[in-house]
Amino acid sequence: MEQTFDVAVIGGGAVGCAIASALVRESLQVVLLEAAIDVGAGTSKANTAIWHTGFDAKPGTLEARLVTRGHRLLTERQADFGWPLERTGALLVAWDADQLSRLNSIIANAQANGYSQVEVKSASQVYELEPNLGTGALGGLLVPDEGLLDPWSIVIALATDFVVNGGTLRRKAAVTGAMRAAGAHELQTSTGSVRATWVINAAGLNSDVVDRLLGHDGFTITPRRGQLIVFDKLARQLITHVILPVPTATTKGVLVSPTVYGNVLLGPTAEDLTDKSATGTTAEGLATLVAKGRAIMPSLMAEEVTATYSGLRAASEHSDYCYDVFPDQYVRVGGIRSTGISSALAIAEHVVADLRERGVKMAGLAAPITVQIPNLAESRMRPYQDAARIAADPAYGRVLCLCERVSLGEVRDALTSPVPASDLDGLRRRTRALAGRCQGFHCGAMITEMTSAWSGHSHA
Amino acid sequence: MPDLPQPTDEDVDVVIIGAGPAGLTLAHALGELNIENVLVVDRDTQPGGVPRYSDHHGYGLRDLRQPLRGPIYAGHLALRAVKGGARIMTEATVTDINATMRTIEVTAPSGRVTIKAKVIVIATGCRERPRAARLVPGTRPAGVFTTGWLQRLVHLQHGSPGKRALIVGAEHVSYSAVLTLRHAKCSIVAMVTERSRHDSFTAFNIGARARWRFPLLTQTTVTGILGDHQVTGVQIQDAKGRTKVLNCDNVVFTGDWISENELARRAGLVIDPGTGGPAVDARLATSAPGIFAIGNVLHPAATADICALDGAHAAAGIADFLSAPGSWPTRSLRLRTEGPIDWVSPNLLPPAARTAARGKVLVQFNERRRLPRLEVVQGGARLWSGYLPWGIPTRPVPISDSWLAAVSATGPDPILRVLP
Repeated sequence: MEQTFDVAVIGGGAVGCAIASALVRESLQVVLLEAAIDVGAGTSKANTAIWHTGFDAKPGTLEARLVTRGHRLLTERQADFGWPLERTGALLVAWDADQLSRLNSIIANAQANGYSQVEVKSASQVYELEPNLGTGALGGLLVPDEGLLDPWSIVIALATDFVVNGGTLRRKAAVTGAMRAAGAHELQTSTGSVRATWVINAAGLNSDVVDRLLGHDGFTITPRRGQLIVFDKLARQLITHVILPVPTATTKGVLVSPTVYGNVLLGPTAEDLTDKSATGTTAEGLATLVAKGRAIMPSLMAEEVTATYSGLRAASEHSDYCYDVFPDQYVRVGGIRSTGISSALAIAEHVVADLRERGVKMAGLAAPITVQIPNLAESRMRPYQDAARIAADPAYGRVLCLCERVSLGEVRDALTSPVPASDLDGLRRRTRALAGRCQGFHCGAMITEMTSAWSGHSHA
Repeated sequence: MPDLPQPTDEDVDVVIIGAGPAGLTLAHALGELNIENVLVVDRDTQPGGVPRYSDHHGYGLRDLRQPLRGPIYAGHLALRAVKGGARIMTEATVTDINATMRTIEVTAPSGRVTIKAKVIVIATGCRERPRAARLVPGTRPAGVFTTGWLQRLVHLQHGSPGKRALIVGAEHVSYSAVLTLRHAKCSIVAMVTERSRHDSFTAFNIGARARWRFPLLTQTTVTGILGDHQVTGVQIQDAKGRTKVLNCDNVVFTGDWISENELARRAGLVIDPGTGGPAVDARLATSAPGIFAIGNVLHPAATADICALDGAHAAAGIADFLSAPGSWPTRSLRLRTEGPIDWVSPNLLPPAARTAARGKVLVQFNERRRLPRLEVVQGGARLWSGYLPWGIPTRPVPISDSWLAAVSATGPDPILRVLP
């Protein structure tokens, strides 16, 4: 008789990994099923990496509540996991009279969400805060608690936490079918079947498909594509805050933001699509961003571009998260559009409470293991700067990826960790190798060979 | 190769960042001038720079007066530098530079150290502009290379890029990519360029295309990379706006060189807007006392021998500074350009000494001109005028440096202009 897990979590993005980690720390037998080759390889890897306060969420929604709570939980759990957070503050800039007139309603909205730290700034104050802004700013709002997070490391940290505390992670396990038998769910996956008492659907872009496989039909995901341009590290000095536009009904608009990795982001676009695999960039999308970038920060456009990418937000027809707990031992966590990483820990807390309420027996692990995630952020010491660490292990002094200063030691660690990278993209998200300005001119060949040798895969 | 020096926090006379043709040739030239404490640091595993993995003929013509294959040339320059007394430290990445203190931070397997130098020479070279920086849309599959990646993959790693390649760009290095692809038994689907013709030697173009039979598609833009995990094709668009898909399993983005200027910028040096590298005078001295720059960080991208001759030329200015460390020339003027010119190098004026490397000032055009005529003017005075043998994008062309001595330190910025 095969094992019956207490819980199967479908989807290894930020939300799924947070839920899985929280449940395994309650001594449950948990399996985490990820369709892709790696955790965090969907929407969680391709986003704006903003640490949201929830000031602009719709008051009274579950999203507003969970983003506010999740923002705080990311700080509280930072000591355990070591992920970087940078409280840069966000500067919301009004570029015309109409936008200026809407600032008051944004302040009121923030207050309705319990956030009263928003400060009004005049045009001259806006330019004092961000001297490189383009001409025409009429005023703005400073949201001091918005900031930057590291979306790659948060997912890897939570997935690692899950695995080292006894969870079962199955990658390349896309759920293809589901049935109920003897009080449990029987899930068919692309790599074998799985039995579990409870199923939690955190399948992101495919959460509507999974919802239907489980006999429900609560919502439809419309992938909303966001294309982004990443600028070279030498651009980082141009900007201090996350620079937000005044949002419209359909989108939060194009922002310019630093990243914890020391780059500058410009984006995203907002394009409603039907194809859930359309993660390519387009000429029109990039041209739109270039035009916006010229207006927002002209000097940014003189810097080299390091990367372009696009991600798909899992937008549903509902204005809030699609969250429900059903009597057939199913928890739906769908339609987590663009705030999922900020709210992930709060969503997990919420799921734990709901399961406990429904009689799922839990007991905190007597001795949970915590693993510090390697630091990818520029705000803290990286291994190449750490003389003591290099003296102890010279591999940290052998810089392989020259642009991002990633050492052999870090690459080795990422390829041999509890949730190892299995391809170049996974290695990039764990170490930043190949994420730099030369895009492999110097180190691509060597790092590819190393990844193949260690992981047994070949991804030239 | 010699034993690696054990790096401790140390003082040297000259530290050269980058062991490519420019840096290695300078190290040798300093040895000839009996400057003893010279350290060359390089982030790669071996010295030599780009020629080390550019395994074909054509190196060493102007500097060594003999045709050599890239790896042989690189090995020769490294050996000569070491015989002259320089130390070469490889696997050593310079992560920061302080122009005022004249120190560099170095990370190497042997440790993290600070090195103080009387003179710092930036010889960090250049890189090709990769796909993302060209804003080429599409998916992000494996199989998208630059020539640098491709040549290391084939010549150092003995790997294979794929079976069918598309080459983007049609300049010298693009034909170097052809050789490497054919060495790896990869066929070439086409070479595409946005310009109206190739920018390399006619012989290269005719020879390569006659031998391996690939089309050169001019006035053609790459409008999309296709493929989920591996490249399956590339969408291109011609001058009339017609698009089509070429099936291939890899794409090589060639040329469109960018100065590796990170350290120069971190050091706060004056950056020339044309080259993107540090501004230098005719002795290759930058805006900061004791900091020189040589090679393709100054002029992306001239051929390796021209970079090497920069190195040879810089030695005299460095020796002078070492013997009189308080002296640093005041150069208040910049050489401006007018017309279809990408950049000019050197570009800080007036010169402390009157000759440039090879007695030449390098100019790079950004559109094709047949027998272009140029002039250098300062205020109302014409300092020089003359015809050039070519004006071809991506191909730096030398002009005489005879006018440098005539630049007035008190005049306005001189202008180099292309005459109609």
